[in-house]
Amino acid sequence: MLEWIRHLGRSGIDFFEKLGRGNLFLARTLVGVPEVLARPRLLISQLLSVGVLSFMLIAISGMFVGMVLALQGYNTLVDFGAEESLGVVVALSIVRELGPVVTALLYAGRAGSALTAEIGLMKATEQLSGMEMMAVDPLHRVIAPRFLAGIISMPLLAAVFSAVGIWGGYFVGVGLLGVDEGAYWSQMQDKVDFYDDILNGVIKSVVFGVVTTWIAVFEGYDTIPTSEGVSRATTRTVVHSAFAVLGLDFVLTALMFGDN
Amino acid sequence: MKQTKTTEMLVGMFVAAGIAALFVLAMQVSNLSSFNEEGNYTVTARFDNIGGLKVRSAVKAAGVLVGRVGSVDFDNDRQVAVVTLHINQRYNHFTDDTSASIYTAGLLGEQYIGLESGGSDEYLVDGSEIDEGLTQSAIVLEKLISKFVMDKASGK
Repeated sequence: MLEWIRHLGRSGIDFFEKLGRGNLFLARTLVGVPEVLARPRLLISQLLSVGVLSFMLIAISGMFVGMVLALQGYNTLVDFGAEESLGVVVALSIVRELGPVVTALLYAGRAGSALTAEIGLMKATEQLSGMEMMAVDPLHRVIAPRFLAGIISMPLLAAVFSAVGIWGGYFVGVGLLGVDEGAYWSQMQDKVDFYDDILNGVIKSVVFGVVTTWIAVFEGYDTIPTSEGVSRATTRTVVHSAFAVLGLDFVLTALMFGDN
Repeated sequence: MKQTKTTEMLVGMFVAAGIAALFVLAMQVSNLSSFNEEGNYTVTARFDNIGGLKVRSAVKAAGVLVGRVGSVDFDNDRQVAVVTLHINQRYNHFTDDTSASIYTAGLLGEQYIGLESGGSDEYLVDGSEIDEGLTQSAIVLEKLISKFVMDKASGK
């Protein structure tokens, strides 16, 4: 019993220690951001690996999510004779929720885990301490460009996901199920608000971009420098990112859409 | 050198695709294109009961969208609802005896304000107020039903 309480206390202390290290890490990374902006080449090569290479995954996923939403939505709406509202259903659910959330989850799996593994392996092979020896701060040189690239990529990827998803819904709804084309778009335009829906979706995706990239680079930087440590850190990145995204999504949704 | 050029090219295309997607969302999906905030004039109207009317509800004339509800407030002194209507500048020929009624789109649809011009020579301008005698409140279903039940009961 006493052992158990002590164990609880230890894991509590560990948790807060890690949180503190994570925050210090974030602060020191943010200090390095202006330096990255002065050398955009570093940023561009990271944008390639974080953003461009995730592009096809996000676009194809968005297409299928939109198509499935249209099929499912149609089956429910047709019972009420309201299949003209299909565009609204597809657009609102994608722009408000699925776009930012699914993109963040896919991004954590595709790019976040890669970032953790890359940085973790750099640490395990002592490249990071090598940089410090040469008076190059690895937080500025290695972490900050990746962090910035993640923040830039996420809203763009989420926007691509949403746009492709709505077109996917259009193909299935209008092309396959015979919903009126005019009704699909006009009801959508009538009900979807730029500030309330689209801008809030973008804000969500920026927040998710910060959080998932932060978790990914921190887990990589904080890893135990062994092959097992890197593998555990990669797993933690995906798990913690998923929890953080889904939990934050609830908080953000409650803040943005809770009052109406 | 060729490698960095390809990289830059790909990143450029990625960023452009992302921004284009955002643009498509703004223009094609949302109501940003159909209604801009600048070219409006504001008219207020008072209703006894606005039912389910909300901010951004539609304002229609002859079924055509001409504006949106800007704000809904309660007049403490006169105990009525005050609604401001933002009407598109293009539609500036509503007479100053225009009547405003709250209708429901379909059986369970959203409520909107319908405008109907009168016979006056003066037009509504920015800051005008629609006379309270010319506004018609929303039909509240419960009132209608209770009235119907009362009539039935008293008719017997």
